[in-house]
Amino acid sequence: MRNATGFLAGLIFGLGLIISGMADPAKVLNFLDIFGYWDPSLAFVMGGASLTAFIGFRLVWRRESPTFNSRFDVPTNRSIDAPLLTGAAIFGMGWGIGGFCPGPAWTSLAMGSPGILVFLPAMLLGMMAGKRAKSLPLFARREV
Amino acid sequence: MEPAVLTEFTPWLSFLGGSLIGLSAIMVMGLFGKIAGISGITNALIGLFPGQSGPDDRDWRLSFLFGLIAAPLALMLLSGSFPQQSVPTNLVGMLIAGLLVGIGTALGSGCTSGHGVCGLARLSTRSLAAVITFLLVAILTTTLVRHVF
Repeated sequence: MRNATGFLAGLIFGLGLIISGMADPAKVLNFLDIFGYWDPSLAFVMGGASLTAFIGFRLVWRRESPTFNSRFDVPTNRSIDAPLLTGAAIFGMGWGIGGFCPGPAWTSLAMGSPGILVFLPAMLLGMMAGKRAKSLPLFARREV
Repeated sequence: MEPAVLTEFTPWLSFLGGSLIGLSAIMVMGLFGKIAGISGITNALIGLFPGQSGPDDRDWRLSFLFGLIAAPLALMLLSGSFPQQSVPTNLVGMLIAGLLVGIGTALGSGCTSGHGVCGLARLSTRSLAAVITFLLVAILTTTLVRHVF
C-alpha cells in the first residue's frame, strides 16, 4: 500500500504540473519575464497549491500520526542561513535559464525532448555536488 | 523582444492544476508524514549511489517518482493526445541550467514544491525567504537572458 499510494500521489502531482502549465518551460519563462511578454498564470499555480495544502495540512495534522509513519516529520530548522539563500539564488539562476524545476523535470522525462534529456542528468549531478558543497567549511557552521 | 513561444494566460487551469499539486502534498503528509519536496525526494534517491547515505523510506519516494514520470502517459491515455510543451533547444544552456538547479536545490534544501508549496502552507519564514530569493533571481536571470544579452 505504501508504494501504491506513493505512486498515486506522484501521479496526481505530475498531472497537476502538466494541467497547470508548470511543466511547460515556455510558460515558466514567460511568467518570469515580467519586463517582457508576461504570462502571470504560474502565480495561480502557487496560489492554488499553497492554499489547498494550507487547509489540508491542518486537517491531517489533527490525526495522531500519518498512515505509514509513527509521526509527522516536519522540518525544524528555522534559520535563514547562508546555504539556504546561496542555494535558492543558484536554483533561481538555473530555473530562469532552463524553465525547469525538479518536479517538471521528472514529469517531462517521458516527453523526451533533447533539452530535458540533457537537463535531468545534469540536475542529478548538480544535486550530488550540492550535497557535498553543503558540508564545506563555508557552509558547515551551525548545523542542527 | 518577443518570447520564443507565446503562451496563453490560463488562471483557472493553473489554479486547478495547482490544487492537484496541493492535494498530492496533503497525501504525502497524511500517508508518510513528510514534505512533498521533489528535490528532497530526488536527493534521497541519489543516496542510492555508492558512498552516499539516504533515509530509510526510499520505497515510497521511488514510487512517487514513477508516478510523476507516468503522469504525461496517463494524460495521453485519458485525452488521446500527448501534453504540449516547448523546451529550450540550446543544449549547453540546458546543461548549465540543470547543474545550477541541482546544486541550488541540494544546497538550499528545497525547490518550488518543498519551500514553495509546502513551506508557504506551513507558514515557514525560512521557506518564504527561499521563495523570495529564488523568484527574484529567476526573474533577474530571465530578464538578462532575454533582454540584455
